[in-house]
Amino acid sequence: MEAVRTYFRDIWKALSSIAVGLSVTIRHLVRPAVTVQYPDVKLKMPERARNRLYVNIDDCIGCDQCALACPVDCITIETIKSTPDQDLGVTSTGHKKRLHLPRFDIDIAKCCYCGLCVYPCPTECIVMTDVYEFSEFDRHNLIYQFSAMKPDQIDDAKAKLKKAEEEAAAKKAAAAAAAEEKKKSEQPKQG
Amino acid sequence: MEELLQSIIGESWILYVLLAAPPLVFILVYALVTVWTEMKVSAHMQDRLAYMYTGPHGVLQPLADILKLLQKEDTVPAAADKPLFIMAPYLVFIGTYAGFAALPFSSAYIGSDINLGAFYIIAVSSIVVVGLLMAGWASNNKWSIFGAMRSAAQIVSYEIPTALALLVAVMITGSLNLQDVIRFQEGGILNWVVFGGPLPVVQKLLLLPFTLTAFLIMFIAGVAEVNRTPFDLPEAESELVQGYNTEYSGMKFAIFYLAEYANMYLVSGVAACLFLGGWSSPFGDFMSGPLWGVFWIVVKGYFFVFLQIWIRWTLPRLRVDQLMYTSWKVLIPFLFACLFGVGLILVL
Repeated sequence: MEAVRTYFRDIWKALSSIAVGLSVTIRHLVRPAVTVQYPDVKLKMPERARNRLYVNIDDCIGCDQCALACPVDCITIETIKSTPDQDLGVTSTGHKKRLHLPRFDIDIAKCCYCGLCVYPCPTECIVMTDVYEFSEFDRHNLIYQFSAMKPDQIDDAKAKLKKAEEEAAAKKAAAAAAAEEKKKSEQPKQG
Repeated sequence: MEELLQSIIGESWILYVLLAAPPLVFILVYALVTVWTEMKVSAHMQDRLAYMYTGPHGVLQPLADILKLLQKEDTVPAAADKPLFIMAPYLVFIGTYAGFAALPFSSAYIGSDINLGAFYIIAVSSIVVVGLLMAGWASNNKWSIFGAMRSAAQIVSYEIPTALALLVAVMITGSLNLQDVIRFQEGGILNWVVFGGPLPVVQKLLLLPFTLTAFLIMFIAGVAEVNRTPFDLPEAESELVQGYNTEYSGMKFAIFYLAEYANMYLVSGVAACLFLGGWSSPFGDFMSGPLWGVFWIVVKGYFFVFLQIWIRWTLPRLRVDQLMYTSWKVLIPFLFACLFGVGLILVL
């Protein structure tokens, strides 16, 4: 008797659960779709979304803190000291710029979008943007160069620094020579 | 229509081609529409959109698919049994298409107005099994042969409930000719066999539970016969890659697909003819006539096709033992009860 009851209960369960399933799917059929037509329509990224990095090179003081913070070493910075007679201006946050930036490269292919470079920046010049479509056919195109300096400007800065260094060295040498001279001239008196 | 054409062009082979062509045209157009419907319905049931770019709401996508399949390389595996491998998809399609011969499309058109129409459809659609087995065997691939074996077991098991459910309707209408079956049900929705047919009210009410059960079982068995989810064990993609059509590509694959969709309409059309009055209008004399007949039978058949799509995207696949249990232990006993009950009521 029990078996007969189970048999009919199973059939009833199957039919009623099929009806429940069908009612769920038909409700979804008439509901508007939740997906968007991606390349035409894009969802707004969340405010703190981390995507492609951007460097506002005018605000960079070349402190290298972002490169140090980067866990995958995708940021490469080279700097040239400015000479006292050059004025590189100030950043929008009021920091005085003292270094030329001949190279500020980010290899975005290596970037892991951790955002650790953003926090230490004293001038807030390196930021995460909401751009996420930047695929390339050649991996080398993913090395972004942010430096604004042209090759002749770099050479110029290098030459100026070298000249200033040479001048300083010459001055130092002259001062040392003068000191030596003074010493020598004082010695016979003692003797 | 046959007499009309005969009077125009006389007895020649052109007459037979013209008589045989409408179902083929219908199948091709219907398959394109249904491919699109299936994708759209499945997508919207999952809150997606499906194709949107090929024409408004992607209506041209099936044509693009056909174009793609035509261009694809038609591969034949080196280890396959080539003649069988090449023949199989056509045999599957022929089995299905032959069934359309006895399926009425309107009061004025039926491919072949034979007395044993319903029986003929059940018999000739068994050729499909041979085609599927052939495809599985000739592919020389273990997934294919598994799929073919399952498909054969499944179709053989489910042909019994289909035939028995058909018998329930035939007992009430008293004819195996589908045109006669439909003429019997003419005169409005209440004369349909699913509601007891045009019989005295007491008999109708007594018949109602049996006809409804038989109708439901006919539909379930029909879904199983066309190998669609939840009875898609022969092509269970998570278990058997694609079952019997794993090794097929290009146009041969397309023919399998076409046969599957044609078969979907065939079982739907037979169910609509036997239980829902075929081409007869649900409003009696209103909107009835040969052309409205085409409209009604396509609407009724397509309703079942939609139901099959709906079920496919709702239910998961059955296990093999559940499949056999459903057929032999549930559907067949219930149908025997139906046959017995209907027979008793009709005799009294």
